[in-house]
Amino acid sequence: MKKQNHDKLKRDFQELYRKTILACAVIGIGAIILVYLIVDPGLSALKTDVPQTELVSVPEDDDYDKIENGIHVRTGFIDAPGMMVTVQNCTNCHSAKLVMQNRMNEERWKSTIKWMQETQNLWDLGENEAVIINYLVTNYPPKKVGRRAVLTDIEWYQLEE
Amino acid sequence: MKRRSFVAKSSLGGLVALLGVEIVFKELMPEGYTPVALQDSDPFKLFNKDKDMVVLNDKPWNIEAQAHLLDDKVTPNKSIFVRNNGLIPENIDVENWTLTIDGESVKQEKTYSLSELKSKFKHHTYQLTLECGGNGRSEFDPPAKGNQWTIGAVYCASWTGIRLRDVLEDVGIKDDAVYFGYHAADVHLSRDPTKEPISRGAPMSKALQDETILAFKMNGEDIPLAHGYPLRVIAGGWPASVSGKWLQRISIRNIVHDGTKMTGTAYRVPCKPVAPGEKVADEDMCIIESMPVKSLITYPKTGATLSKGKKLNIRGHAWAGELEVAKVEYSIDFGATWSSCILEKPANRLAWQHFSAAISFPQEGYYEVWAKATDSNGVSQPMLLPGWNPKGYLNNACHRIAVKIA
Repeated sequence: MKKQNHDKLKRDFQELYRKTILACAVIGIGAIILVYLIVDPGLSALKTDVPQTELVSVPEDDDYDKIENGIHVRTGFIDAPGMMVTVQNCTNCHSAKLVMQNRMNEERWKSTIKWMQETQNLWDLGENEAVIINYLVTNYPPKKVGRRAVLTDIEWYQLEE
Repeated sequence: MKRRSFVAKSSLGGLVALLGVEIVFKELMPEGYTPVALQDSDPFKLFNKDKDMVVLNDKPWNIEAQAHLLDDKVTPNKSIFVRNNGLIPENIDVENWTLTIDGESVKQEKTYSLSELKSKFKHHTYQLTLECGGNGRSEFDPPAKGNQWTIGAVYCASWTGIRLRDVLEDVGIKDDAVYFGYHAADVHLSRDPTKEPISRGAPMSKALQDETILAFKMNGEDIPLAHGYPLRVIAGGWPASVSGKWLQRISIRNIVHDGTKMTGTAYRVPCKPVAPGEKVADEDMCIIESMPVKSLITYPKTGATLSKGKKLNIRGHAWAGELEVAKVEYSIDFGATWSSCILEKPANRLAWQHFSAAISFPQEGYYEVWAKATDSNGVSQPMLLPGWNPKGYLNNACHRIAVKIA
C-alpha cells in the first residue's frame, strides 16, 4: 500500500515535470517567434528575392566627403591637392558652383580674395591662400574663347510644323 | 529650424506666394508645419521653375532661363531668372510690412503700411523688361568675375503697383535730390546683420518716370518670394539690380547713392574703352544706366532640323533699355546679308517687342540664324562681343541658333 502510493506520487510528479517542460518549450518558442516578428515584421529574411543591397545602411558621415570619379561629391570640386582647404575656406558663405564658374589667374584670384576680405567678412587665409589659389588656377584655368565662340553642345531634333 | 520659424511667422499669403499655387485645405494644416514643397531642396520645385532652367549657383540662388523658355510674350514665373546677391529673407510678416521714405532730401521722413500704399495711391500695370547687367558675362575673354550668365537673365513680366513719383510727391522732396537708393530685407551671405547684400538705385529722373513703380503684383498675382514679395521697385530698361526686391526703405539722397554695389566696380563699366584684360582704377569706372539694344530668338529652340524646301518660322523679342527698338533683322549667312523681321510695337514703353520672320534656305546644310536689333537712335547689336570690361557687363552681341536643312 505504501509502495503503491509512493509509485503513484512518483508518476504524478513525472507527469507534472513533463508538462512543465512542454509548457516552457511552447512559451520559449512563442517568445522567439514574437521577438523575431518585432525585429523583422515583414519576414524579409525568409524571402529570397529581397536584394541584400537594400538592407545595407551606411552612416551619412562616412559619405560626407566622398570622392567619386575624381570629384568631391558634396561640392563638385575636382579632387586634387588643396581641394579640402578650398572646401573649408570657400564654401561657407557661397556655393562651390560660384568658385568653379570663375576662371581666373593668380593675380585676379588674389584681388578677389582681398575684395571678399574687405567687403564679405572673409577671414585671413594665412598660408592656405597660396594653397587655394594654386588649386584653383591648376584645376580651373581660364579658357581662351576669343571674340565669339562656335556653337557647341547642340541637341539636334526634327522640327515638325 | 529656420524654415520652420519662417513658415510659422509668415502668413499663409506668403506661403501661397512662395509656392505659386493655392494650398488646398490650408486651414487644416497644423500650425508650424512646413509644407513638403518648402522642405524640398530642389530649386525647380522650391521656386516653381521650369526643369530646363539652369542653376548657376545654389548659395546664393542664381538660376537662368534658356532662350526657348522665354517664348511667351509676357514671361511666366516658371521661366524667370533668379538673381540673388544675398539670402532670400525668411521672415516675411506681410501684415506689419512697412515702407519708409527717408534720406537727406526728403522734407520729412514718412512710413507707410503696405495696405496704406495700396489704398492711397493709384495702381498702374506695365509690361517691363528686366535684364541682369551681367547677362552674357560667360562670353567675355579674358573671363570676368561673377556668375557666368549666358543669355537667360532677361524677361518681361506684367507688373502692377504704384508710381514711385506719386509716393515721393506725397512725402515731399527737396530741390537738392539727386538719387534714390533702396534698402531691403534680404540677408548678407555672411549673415552679418550690419551688412546689406545690395542697396542700389537710380537718378531722380529715372525715379520720376511713369513706369518706375513700387510693385506688389507680378502677372496679376502676389510677387513670388524669390522675386521680391511683398513689395519691390521696378525700373524697366536698367540693370535689373536697380529694381530692388523685398523693399523696406527708400532713401532720397543729395549725392549719388553710395549703398552696397553702387561703388567700386559693381554694375560699372570703364568710362573710356579699354583693351581686353586691362586694369581699370575704380575712379575710372562709370555706373551703368540704360541697358543696350538686344534681341533673343525664342523659337525654334536651337538644333532644329527640317527638310529641304520648308520655310522656317522664327520669332523672338527685342528690347533697347530706355529706347524703343526700331528694327530687327536676321541673317543666315553670318551677317553677309540681312533681311527684315516683322516687328511689333511695345505694349507700353520699356516692354520688349516681338519679332517674327519666315526664312527660306537655298540648299541643304548647316546654318546659323542670327538676329540683330537696332534701337531708335540707329545703334545696332554687334555680332562680336562688345567692348571688354572687367566685370563682364552689357554683352549685347547678336543671339544665334543652329539649324540644319536635310
